[in-house]
Amino acid sequence: MTRPQAVERPRVDEPAPDVPPPGVASGAPISLRAASKVFGHAGDAVPALDAVSLDVRSGEFVCLLGASGCGKSTLLNLVAGLDAPTAGAVEVAGRTTLMFQEAALFPWLTAQGNVELALKLQRVPKAKRRARVAELLRVVHLEGFERKLPHELSGGMRQRVQLARALAQGADILLMDEPFGALDAMTRDLLHDEIERLWREQGLTILFVTHNVREAVRLGDRVVLLSSRPGRVVAEFPVDIPRPRRIESHPVADLAATITDELREEVRRHGEEA
Amino acid sequence: MAKKPDNGSGARTQLLDRELSGLDHLETALPSGPSRASRIWAAAWPKLLAIALVLIVWQLVVWSGWKPEYVLPGPRAVWDSFVENFSTNMDAAWTTLQRGFKGFAFALVIGTIVGALVARNRVLRSAIGSLITGLQTMPSVAWFPLAILLFQLGEGAIFFVVVLGAAPSIANGLISGIDHIQPILLRAGRVLGAKRWRAFRYVILPAALPSFVAGLKQGWAFAWRSLLAGELIVLIPGQFSLGQQLDANRQLADSAGVISVMIVILIIGILVDALLFGTAERKIRRRYGLVDTAAA
Repeated sequence: MTRPQAVERPRVDEPAPDVPPPGVASGAPISLRAASKVFGHAGDAVPALDAVSLDVRSGEFVCLLGASGCGKSTLLNLVAGLDAPTAGAVEVAGRTTLMFQEAALFPWLTAQGNVELALKLQRVPKAKRRARVAELLRVVHLEGFERKLPHELSGGMRQRVQLARALAQGADILLMDEPFGALDAMTRDLLHDEIERLWREQGLTILFVTHNVREAVRLGDRVVLLSSRPGRVVAEFPVDIPRPRRIESHPVADLAATITDELREEVRRHGEEA
Repeated sequence: MAKKPDNGSGARTQLLDRELSGLDHLETALPSGPSRASRIWAAAWPKLLAIALVLIVWQLVVWSGWKPEYVLPGPRAVWDSFVENFSTNMDAAWTTLQRGFKGFAFALVIGTIVGALVARNRVLRSAIGSLITGLQTMPSVAWFPLAILLFQLGEGAIFFVVVLGAAPSIANGLISGIDHIQPILLRAGRVLGAKRWRAFRYVILPAALPSFVAGLKQGWAFAWRSLLAGELIVLIPGQFSLGQQLDANRQLADSAGVISVMIVILIIGILVDALLFGTAERKIRRRYGLVDTAAA
């Protein structure tokens, strides 16, 4: 199991490179080559990802879809550099940031304090921080809530603070781990519009993990379907529906139905094995 | 990098702005709490009632004639003694408090360093983790014979025992605080690029703060107890302290004097606990969103 590894990524505290670092051949911001991840050791080893190959183009919005146990979070950890693959290669050209599903804001800091800490940890001088924080909170429509603590904000507002904090890192690759999973439908709809707007305006590359098929179709340029235990790419669906899209529209619902069938097929296979 | 939005998307963005802010305002309207005066009264009256009850029972016991009044004086006699000895007792309390704060400050430094190291280092933890808990349960009086042999009958012996009384609780508070940090906060810290000292300073320490302050509170209680035990055992000639005053009054068979010193000790204990640690704890719990607003 000792195939060569190549994990190329710039350090977080270095300025964003204008040219991709050497060793990145594909030119894609995210490139996985037969990346595998096994947890545990020989006897009770659990494969989480099995030879996943995936390229994400610059400025692309890719949604990763899968049932439980497809290793979605493992995959994001690999791309974010929080974990290393057991085999294969994960190449990332650019600065990544990861946004979580639930309460990942620091509860002792205000909205503005949370965003500012991201800047502070990148050693942005104090004089520049204040203006940048105000600007980022304006981008996510939170002016007037700068001094609120996370527990004083609604779920949707907390996720927008997380978004501002992620943008504060100056990353061009945004990794999102079911970021809207815990929100009510109304708020989620608005945040879909919001993330789409930010993606367009800031030229981000987004890898978005979800288990909600309609959400994936609503947002993605491409939907990638992962199998479960171990995670493996089983199908890809380009989404040609023109934007702006609505989650209730027929084209979105139709494609979502097709993908759901495929997803169920995948889940059924596990039923037969058991 | 930013693409210029066309007019159509500009209008949609404006609409989105309005929708988001509408939802935000609907979701963050909180009812205001009761007024300050009524909160103070609500906190005060049960305490006043309890004090009144204690005084009544005490007076009844004295009236019952269970012990002669020169052995068990009533509230009135103790009050007179309290007023009469007030300035002496305050001098004594000042010495005792200074010792307490000195010892506690040193224990704070030691306990924090040891706690942080043990929490973050697996080998250290298995080596001395249970030892710290063991020290916490050891009665501090048990240290005095050794402390007196090491430092003779003097400030050093008292200081030594006060530090040993408080430091384990402080260390344990920090350790359990760090152990109970939600993993997602640590992950978020790593994503933001917090490493080593900066991770400790900006993520781990603030996340562990509620439990750390609980440890400080307990540490102070242990320090205060060890201190009074120390002052009773280690009598330094020519120096007023609360422990020394207790002993002096006992030797004079002045029960009212003994009880009035005890009341000073009790009041200081309550005040430090409530004003210093209680306030800090309440503020932190409120800031961290650990207070149930429906119940409070």
